[in-house]
Amino acid sequence: MRRHLHAEWTKLRTVAGTGWLLLGLVTLTVAGSVVAAAAVSCTSAGCDYDPAKISLFGVQVGQTMAAILAVLAVSGEYGTGMIRTTLAAMPRRAAVLAAKAAVVTGLTLGAGTVAVFASALVGRRILLGNGFTRGPGTPILSLAEGPMLRAAFGSVLYLALIALLSLGIAAAVRDSATAIGVVLGLLYILSILPFMIADPGWQKLLWQISPMNAGLAIQATTKLSGLPISPWAGLGVLTVWAAAALLGGGLLLQRRDA
Amino acid sequence: MSATAPYRSGARAGRGGFARLLRAEWTKFRTVRGWVLAMVAAALVTVLLGLLSSSGSHSSCDGVCPAVPVGPDGEAVEDKFYFAHRPLAGDGSITVRVTSMTGQIRLPDLNPGTRRVVAGVVPWAKAGIMVKESMKQGSAYAAVMVTGRHGVRMQHNFIHDTAGRPGGVSKQSPRWLRLTRSGEELTGYESADGANWTEVGTAHLAGLPAAVQVGLFAASPGGLTVTQGDFGGSSAASRFAEATAVFDKVSLRGSVGGGAWRPDDVGVTLNPDGSAHHPGGFKESGGTYSVTGVGDIAPLSDGQQIENTLTGVLTGLIVVIVVAVMFITAEYRSGLIRTTLLAGPRRGRTLVAKALAIGTVTFIAGLAAATAAVTFGKQVLRANGNHILPVTTLTELRVIVGTAVLLAAAAVLALAVGALFRRSVAAVITAIVVTVVPYILATASVLPADAARWLLRLTPAAGFAIQQSIPEYAHVLGDYAPSAGYYPLAPWAGLAVLCGYAALVLGLAVFQLRRRDA
Repeated sequence: MRRHLHAEWTKLRTVAGTGWLLLGLVTLTVAGSVVAAAAVSCTSAGCDYDPAKISLFGVQVGQTMAAILAVLAVSGEYGTGMIRTTLAAMPRRAAVLAAKAAVVTGLTLGAGTVAVFASALVGRRILLGNGFTRGPGTPILSLAEGPMLRAAFGSVLYLALIALLSLGIAAAVRDSATAIGVVLGLLYILSILPFMIADPGWQKLLWQISPMNAGLAIQATTKLSGLPISPWAGLGVLTVWAAAALLGGGLLLQRRDA
Repeated sequence: MSATAPYRSGARAGRGGFARLLRAEWTKFRTVRGWVLAMVAAALVTVLLGLLSSSGSHSSCDGVCPAVPVGPDGEAVEDKFYFAHRPLAGDGSITVRVTSMTGQIRLPDLNPGTRRVVAGVVPWAKAGIMVKESMKQGSAYAAVMVTGRHGVRMQHNFIHDTAGRPGGVSKQSPRWLRLTRSGEELTGYESADGANWTEVGTAHLAGLPAAVQVGLFAASPGGLTVTQGDFGGSSAASRFAEATAVFDKVSLRGSVGGGAWRPDDVGVTLNPDGSAHHPGGFKESGGTYSVTGVGDIAPLSDGQQIENTLTGVLTGLIVVIVVAVMFITAEYRSGLIRTTLLAGPRRGRTLVAKALAIGTVTFIAGLAAATAAVTFGKQVLRANGNHILPVTTLTELRVIVGTAVLLAAAAVLALAVGALFRRSVAAVITAIVVTVVPYILATASVLPADAARWLLRLTPAAGFAIQQSIPEYAHVLGDYAPSAGYYPLAPWAGLAVLCGYAALVLGLAVFQLRRRDA
């Protein structure tokens, strides 16, 4: 397994795009959060927004970079035919996929931590500058407080799970353009579907099974009782998605010719 | 010595050349089974998701919803106000002095179940004088009025509004209002002292019969509360509000029917026991009249809009983007691009032919999908008891054809991005991030409405504005947020932004294609 990891790490490290994608992940996440935080202002009626969601808003944009990174780790090899060399050198296909997953997860966790914590710190400063409060006389949460820390750490895990979900889908679909289309469709379209259906029962169910909505429930720090799914259960839903994708992708990788 | 003539190609240049290029690109598209299937799938998914979301929408009224009145211009209207009126035959005029406008507004409950009502009038509370075709809801009218915070206005037929002098009314500064009728022409005047009159505006009410109703009215739309949804989007709720205006110095000219004023609570909601829910009122004492009204005389925005049946377009768009990108990147991957450029050495024209081919194919698929989605979606919505806001055939056509153009322009944009990047993943991501993601962030996220509006002005997602069928009215207070389906740009302007982006990136791609080795 160590040799597998080493091989995958070497491949990913020496591909030109990886560094740019990780940089893009950090930049897009922070930029998205800054824009969202700067755009929010409180009305006289109070601050209706969840400060954690706003200051971590960029995750919704930055996740695309994590998805590309993961998709390219697999479908890039199919594009060039490198996959045949890879599988000839390492015939245990499950181990190859596991090694790819480990390397991609590690990179995403690293870049995600930087991105998320930078967003949280900068976003909080901007929100405080806008006069954002939780209520009369209560300042918004700092990173040292439980719910905010959960939101931040959860967002890092969220990014890693998105990468794993994308990896599994790429292993199943193989073509890069199709894989990225499927991933983004799954994330964004399923996230908007509940807003298109008026029936409250369906709305709630669709919200609960959507990987993006459920996964991002981890960012909620206010009105928790009103959420269709609790923060950690939401991240659990995303974990199930990622696991299912990896399992499906792994099975197909083992069954099919490369 | 014999001179050999230089070789001349027998192929004709000019237009015939472009038609050949176009045919070549069409053949390339047609013969890749995956792309054809994907385009069919894009159309199908657009229709099916639209139908799914339509079938999930049920009306909230028990049984059959009451019929919604329709105004003279064909739009659904709210026509609910208190009207003390008398018949007028032929030409004439009415003049009044308004000395006060007061009211009450219900605020959001602090403790559930406890009503919180304060004195005051909402900005668009209105009271004044009116000439109305008949007492039927939705019939033609013209009115001059004072409003809560928008000064004197002249409005007619629900959607037309002209501003007069700003400022409110009080005992110290009353407002005189006059409305004269001459055939189908109605003219509104206002005055501060009853001596010097200023014209506010005129209205032409086509087909106004000789016998009309003239009188005093009052109405107050509900107070609007927009709450940010806990998991994105926003919802608007209307709270009860009423307005009371006091009139005196009422004078009528023309052949006005004799007898007393007839009070009518037009369109009042009835409780299950038959009594009026939030009734208005009319009091008369010694030439002073007090009219209290609840409701509004304005275009209606509650109800299903036809574009609600097109929610599947977003998913179809993703598929279209993937196909359009691969239409060019697959050539780079397989090396076919070198053959293509050898056959069509004028690279700009070759790429334009490619764009035209994918644009046309997408347009046709999009047109079929949008037509089916709107046609069947409306039937499903109606079957579920929903009220669909009526629009003109032209508007419906604009929504359907515009959606097809939206998809085609996005396909051209995606193709151009693909030609620029030459890599599928980067191109697909870029195309999705600039078209689909801004739309989702603007309509279904925790992003505040102002930020959402900017996204829909500046990004290619502005093109979705072409789907808005119900316009925003400046004289109606509503939740005109992107999450409610209202775009910051006019329909064609929004589509122009998207087409502009597509043309710009295509131009860039042509420039780069000419410069670079393939």
